[in-house]
Amino acid sequence: MARINSAADLNTGRVEHTAAAIADLDRPCVTICGGTGCRVYGSEKVWNAFRDKITRQGAQATLDFDVKVTGCHGFCEKGPLVVIRPQGIFYARVKVEDVPEIVTQTIIGGKTVERLLYTDPRSGQKIEYEHEVPFYKHQQRLILDLNGDLDPSQIDEYIARGGYRSLAKVLTSMAPQEVIDEIKASGLRGRGGAGFPTGLKWKLCREQPGDVKYTICNADEGDPGAYMDRSIMEGNPHRVLEGMIIGAYAIGAHQGYVYIRNEYPLAVKHLRQAIAQAEEHGLLGKNILGSGLDFTVRIKLGSGAFVCGEETALMASIEGRIGEPRPRPPFPAQRGLWGKPTNINNVKSWASVPIIIDRGADWYARLGTEKSKGTMIFSVVGKINNTGLVEVPMGIPLRELIFDIGGGIPNGKAFKAAQIGGPSGGCIPAEHLDVPIDYESLTALGAIMGSGGMVIADEDTCMVDFARYFMAFTQEESCGKCVPCRLGTKAMLATLERICAGEGQPGDIEYLLEMGEHVKCSSLCGLGQTAPNPVLSTIRYFRDEYEAHIFDKTCPAKVCKGLITYSVVPENCTGCMVCLRNCAVNAITGAKQTVHTINPGLCTRCGMCKSVCKFDAIRVT
Amino acid sequence: MHLTIDVINDIINRQARDDGSLVAALEDIQARYRYLPPEALILVSERLGVPLSQTYSVATFYNAFSLKPKGKHCLNVCMGTACHVRGSPQVLDRLQTQLGIGAGSTTRDRLFTLETVNCLGACALGPIVVTDGEYSGQMTPQKADQLLKSITRAEAKHG
Repeated sequence: MARINSAADLNTGRVEHTAAAIADLDRPCVTICGGTGCRVYGSEKVWNAFRDKITRQGAQATLDFDVKVTGCHGFCEKGPLVVIRPQGIFYARVKVEDVPEIVTQTIIGGKTVERLLYTDPRSGQKIEYEHEVPFYKHQQRLILDLNGDLDPSQIDEYIARGGYRSLAKVLTSMAPQEVIDEIKASGLRGRGGAGFPTGLKWKLCREQPGDVKYTICNADEGDPGAYMDRSIMEGNPHRVLEGMIIGAYAIGAHQGYVYIRNEYPLAVKHLRQAIAQAEEHGLLGKNILGSGLDFTVRIKLGSGAFVCGEETALMASIEGRIGEPRPRPPFPAQRGLWGKPTNINNVKSWASVPIIIDRGADWYARLGTEKSKGTMIFSVVGKINNTGLVEVPMGIPLRELIFDIGGGIPNGKAFKAAQIGGPSGGCIPAEHLDVPIDYESLTALGAIMGSGGMVIADEDTCMVDFARYFMAFTQEESCGKCVPCRLGTKAMLATLERICAGEGQPGDIEYLLEMGEHVKCSSLCGLGQTAPNPVLSTIRYFRDEYEAHIFDKTCPAKVCKGLITYSVVPENCTGCMVCLRNCAVNAITGAKQTVHTINPGLCTRCGMCKSVCKFDAIRVT
Repeated sequence: MHLTIDVINDIINRQARDDGSLVAALEDIQARYRYLPPEALILVSERLGVPLSQTYSVATFYNAFSLKPKGKHCLNVCMGTACHVRGSPQVLDRLQTQLGIGAGSTTRDRLFTLETVNCLGACALGPIVVTDGEYSGQMTPQKADQLLKSITRAEAKHG
């Protein structure tokens, strides 16, 4: 593989492999989603079938057609996803058995296979092209734009699509200060959740004395239900690297780290490949593009500790210690990794940088609202029809995201709340569905922008149990260094568990509110300071559910085990014995063709009988 | 699995030049043996010149490390938020009842280890259970039973 020695070589595609990739840009191909989600659905078998079939057909009919495995396309609900390019014909839920038909009908015959097209549930219409599918149509994909198009294991494909052009521009025509000014002017704010202006962060680090500085990409995506950062690294790792190199130039760093979750093996693999290729191409290492800039990137694997997403804990972990946070100031820009000035940004922030440089700060700043610029990626999960990754301009109403893009709530159930920001965030109830998605508006409602996790709750979700879930998570993940977080989360969790068990007492809500405030204002790091948010926000909007648990001893959503009873609906029970046989604790009695009964004293409320009953004869009250 | 000093020495040598090599060395040992044997912790401490207390502190801090040996089959229930609202607690309950162990434990016959994970990021398929690296999506208590049955049946056949 050839080293690219100057920006001019990169821009003119004078390097052999890149030139070939540019020539191949419009070559017809089938792209198959190779993201973690689609792999779980079995997309690997699908692409192998395509490769098999096309190689064979190719020999017979000199078929000039490529099979490309890309990163995550985002529409995880309908995987495995297949797109025929350049037309953009979109096939959903493709199985191995469908491959021969796609090859003969579409690839050779030029006709679409109707039954594999996506059906818009609203209009009942079949939709032929990817860009017309409502899930994609209402998005504005800047960071994810190449995810469905690019083989992430090939650096040349990224270069052919304009990759590393921003780096070349920065190295040949901009002084470091100008880069920082550009990022400042773009209005980019930290996408990890806190929303600190990125340009200002860079400036603070640059202005620190000393020759040794570090940059870090925070890819420790620990928020349960969020996987956008993983998908960026899986699908387009070079864009993250390009952002980091530009940042290193602006800040004056020569060593960078990507701190990434060990639970993301595919992202780690792609990132490793990308770093090796960038080094071979002279885009990382010594004298990058002949400019004199030296910068290397190393990968550090996280070992499964949520607190390591906090920047000071993350740095401790890179240094090989346990991931305990420390007080700030000094901020990482002043005293960071190994005591040196350090700049930490989230994956999405780094990936936004090449886009801003390429298209200009003015262009970028026109997207979004007055104080929140650009786009944000959410992973929209839970009780939603279109589970997937959604990139939208800041400021769009939440309703549009959930209903136009997300396709609304499954099984005709009612929307209850969107939980944004995970264990640090809060929920937005139905009455605020028209809130614009920007940092200030979400904060005003008691939620946060967070890193992009968005979990949708419907009428069957118990908000007290939901709050208990998050509190159990943060309590477990609390590192234990400071007392308010270590004991406060424990006390709050114990109270919530009591309420869910039907042992709530008057005064519990007030206690949670008071303790929540204490934990928020006295904890050492972001984990503790935000841990009470899910509880405080559910009390704010769903106090009636808490009261029902405490005073009426009922769980309105019929989730909390201590407050529900399973019983047999005599009219529906056929006496088929299936529930009886499946009950692990022998709580069900009855004989063939006689109505069964459940002994509430023995029943553990595991839900097995309800899940196996074909006659809707198990009732939860 | 048989523990050999050579393997662990190898791992440490590979990591020794790296900064922060303690975590990395433990990660490699965990990957090799699926737990951290006490002898390995002692060896790592001696070789890296780190007090055993510090090695122990790191080994017990991060979720990825285990001090107990794992069973032959590893069942991992995703407890991410999306899986939670879709019913993963019932799936976990069922597995706990059927195996007679709590999450994080191994059955006495060392056949099963039951674990939970915070999020696997395959939320469209939730609730998810990963069995020895193989994903099963849209789980219910009933499917959990079938999963256990298929493993025990295969075990009875092939041992």
